[in-house]
Amino acid sequence: MLLDKSLKELLAGYRNKSIDPVDVINEAYAQITKYSTDLNVLISVRDKQEALQQLRSLSPSLPLYGLPYILKDSYSTTELRTTCASKILDNYFPVYDATVHQKLKAAGAILLGKGNMDAWGHGASTENSDFGMGKNPWDPTRVVGGSSGGPAAAVATRMCAFAIGEDTGGSIRNPAAWNNISGLRVTYGRVSRYGCVAYASSMDTVGPLGKTAEDLGVILSVIAGPDKYDATSAPNPVPDYSQLLSKKPQHLKIGIASEMFGPGLDKEISANTKAFADKLSDLGHEIVDISLPIAEISDAAYYILAPSETSSNLSRYDGIRYGNMRELFTQETMRRIMVGTYELSSGYYDAYYRKALKIRTLLIKTFQKAFDKCDVILLPENPIMPPKLGDLISDPLANMLADLYNTPVSLIGSPALVIPSGFHKNGLPIGVQLVGKKFAEELLLALGHEYQQATDWHTRSPKL
Amino acid sequence: MTKTKLITTADIKHLAKLANLPLSPERLTQLASQIETTFEYIQTTQNTDTSKYLETNQVNELSNILREDIVDDSHTFTQEQALQNAKQTHNGYFIVPAILE
Amino acid sequence: MINDLRSTIYHLICGAEIHIELKTKSKMFCGCKNDPFHADKPNIYTCPVCLGMPGALPVPNKKAIEDCILIGLALGCQIAKVSKFDRKHYFYPDLPKGYQISQYDEPFCFGGSVDTSFGPVQITRVHMEEDTAKLQHANITVGADPCVRPMSLIDFNRSGVPLVEIVTEPDIKSPEQAKEFLKKVRDIVRTLGVSDCDMEKGSMRLEANISLAPVGANPCIRPQLPNYKVEVKNINSFRYFANSLTTEFARHSKILDRGETPVQETRGYRADLGTTVSQRVKEDAADYRYFPDPDIPPIVISDEWLSQIKSRLPKLPSAKIDTLIALGISESAAKIIVTNQVMMEYIDQVKTINPKYLESVAKDLVNKKIDPAKLAPSDYIKGLESRLASQISDESVLKPIIEKIIADNPSVVSDFKSGKQNTLGFFVGAVMKATHGQADPGITNKLLHDLLH
Repeated sequence: MLLDKSLKELLAGYRNKSIDPVDVINEAYAQITKYSTDLNVLISVRDKQEALQQLRSLSPSLPLYGLPYILKDSYSTTELRTTCASKILDNYFPVYDATVHQKLKAAGAILLGKGNMDAWGHGASTENSDFGMGKNPWDPTRVVGGSSGGPAAAVATRMCAFAIGEDTGGSIRNPAAWNNISGLRVTYGRVSRYGCVAYASSMDTVGPLGKTAEDLGVILSVIAGPDKYDATSAPNPVPDYSQLLSKKPQHLKIGIASEMFGPGLDKEISANTKAFADKLSDLGHEIVDISLPIAEISDAAYYILAPSETSSNLSRYDGIRYGNMRELFTQETMRRIMVGTYELSSGYYDAYYRKALKIRTLLIKTFQKAFDKCDVILLPENPIMPPKLGDLISDPLANMLADLYNTPVSLIGSPALVIPSGFHKNGLPIGVQLVGKKFAEELLLALGHEYQQATDWHTRSPKL
Repeated sequence: MTKTKLITTADIKHLAKLANLPLSPERLTQLASQIETTFEYIQTTQNTDTSKYLETNQVNELSNILREDIVDDSHTFTQEQALQNAKQTHNGYFIVPAILE
Repeated sequence: MINDLRSTIYHLICGAEIHIELKTKSKMFCGCKNDPFHADKPNIYTCPVCLGMPGALPVPNKKAIEDCILIGLALGCQIAKVSKFDRKHYFYPDLPKGYQISQYDEPFCFGGSVDTSFGPVQITRVHMEEDTAKLQHANITVGADPCVRPMSLIDFNRSGVPLVEIVTEPDIKSPEQAKEFLKKVRDIVRTLGVSDCDMEKGSMRLEANISLAPVGANPCIRPQLPNYKVEVKNINSFRYFANSLTTEFARHSKILDRGETPVQETRGYRADLGTTVSQRVKEDAADYRYFPDPDIPPIVISDEWLSQIKSRLPKLPSAKIDTLIALGISESAAKIIVTNQVMMEYIDQVKTINPKYLESVAKDLVNKKIDPAKLAPSDYIKGLESRLASQISDESVLKPIIEKIIADNPSVVSDFKSGKQNTLGFFVGAVMKATHGQADPGITNKLLHDLLH
């Protein structure tokens, strides 16, 4: 398929006229028509004629000329409604565009649709959606992952050239691993959040999903950077990530923490992660032992901060200026709102919210110590393989534990790259997580790119 | 052995009110057990010694991100745009059943 | 004075909460125009941020923060070195995000004081927050429904306008002190040029927290604060504020006399009734669930920045009065002149020509003997100097004139000796008439004094 090609290949093809962007867009729409409804990948689809008309108005010299993309349905778009996969916003048509969408449009990329998700970001499976549970294209009886399940599936099934998800507690990383694609959680503040419906404001990040680390670098160069409409966006200059990827990272120290390989971790995922480490050794990097005895405590602290912040962020949905009434929140969302309200309420604020903020400091210091000994930390991504549909959403504890390896990174604001690293004997894909110091995206992408040039896990796509 | 509940039905009702969530009694009961599970989970934080740590509110180490006092027309809505998504409006106003004081 | 017999039994204890709308060009957390009062239509100055749309983010207005700090400085406050914004949660249709961005435990300003003739009123804190939308009641039909229903109409032009909140300690002891204090604060803020403080336009709003405590046996020991507090809202003028203190004093005293405690509640002032009425009593105390707003990085006020803000401090009314007094102008004249920009400028000009004439010009301005618009300062001084030049200061010349007037008016002399007022003025007037206004007033007074005694 044309959409099996990398972004750089597509762009080169468009410019030397060996590939017609119309064909690529048509291919994407064909995939959408065939598979989106059954797998519940997209909530809204853009009118094809409108998309093609937009293409015709663009100059081929634009950095992302003609590349079709999917946005998670938590991004404000004037072309399509923005539902956050909730009945509360099923008729909400924004009058303004999210900054990330503005940047992508200005760069010549073309929005094809809005991806299914766990409503409001609440979930790790895309089961908590009012628009149908997202199904895993590798095994449609299982969850696709979440909360950016739709965008991840869209990339895996070639409904787009790349997608933009949103990662608060693992929502880009989790579905990337469960769909055999690459996903990047950026340093907190690296990409503007303006126009991204807030889940947990101190941890929400806007990031790309694609077939390869190289593709992610191409997108990141366009979307990263400060935004005067987002006071938390980082003022750091934006390197040309896609150029820097070709620089082979020299003799990196890769940290592995034995505490992370505890009893809750699926044995094959554990073995796969270790095999990944071996491969990095082969490539000339050094594996070092580090100490990170923090997974459970991070997860618990996350489930104080995230529900607290979401209970606050969802207060604006009162049905007066837009949207529908509050009784339409799902059970899972109501659970998080109520828990968060409790954690912030007088009498409990010190014991819970402030405690979690102190744990965050503890985590920051623990990771700082670990990064004294290494350049990149290697972690498993998901502790389990994707469960059958309906299992995770009905089990709040399992639901929270699914984020075990993701939440530490979320709390400290560091970047993390997830890339395919092999397959389970049940045929489902496995991904690993590479964590860096703040603003080390270029290092992570370069390492991921190096691995992907020496392996081919990432080239496989699901049989549909 | 019965476990002491971390949160009572009265607590849940109070929370639902604070959070402005109109909930039927059935829904409240369903939620109660899920919320109880969550509370047990987050209780583990109480065992961590954080006495030597200050709170970190924000991880981006920024300060004084302010804007100049100028009118920015580029983001201002027209009245029509502002009202566009409201179910009910009246002569340019958003409307809601009167709150009786 | 609380004109109430029971004021010997109870003390009035009152703190004020003053909300001031800043007249910045744009709103507190977005670039929408800040002009709700003059907007000719509702909902024309809104954007994703002040309408609370999904995905919107706040960015604080630097000038608004500086204006708040300026107010704090003018009220004698200390300025925080580090400050932040917090979210204050409650649900109401005029609050689009379901929380108000305000300040909880690290306000910009704290610990100030404002002098009044009844003693100082301590300022607990001065902080920043955003204003809510405006709600208006109307009975209308909605859509296809033919029934007229009571509805609230909401206008978000005001949503997000910068609001400074001044909170005082419960130091206000009387309606008179309240009025003096409120006027002083209003004059200070107007002098700073950061707000019109116009109660009719809503750019200044008042709330009172009132309680009574028994008068202590030892007046040096501040009585323990009472165990209740009544909040009074909907006060639309300084006079109504003062009235509410009087009526609440009476109401609370009656209850306390019975051995009961007034209900802790919020009451609304009713101008038509001249008293307060109970508003709906809330069963639960509000739990605002404050936490630091994660969308807004903290504000660090460096010494440099603070100096810059301080340099914006104009001379405040009291300081201006002191300056004029130091220049030889009487206190009563100074108090009038500082509120009049035209007079102030006139005085400034006279000062540059010749400061020794300031006392005269001040008196003449205040007594409306000269019209500053018609008489240039230099001409005034010329006139004054020629009058002085032809002034008769020679005692040997004045003495016989005065002696003659005294001799010609024996009845007035006996009036003077029996203590009747205005007799001295009669003699001075007569001397001035006899000398065509050229008698030196000082010498005249001295001679009259000597000759009449």
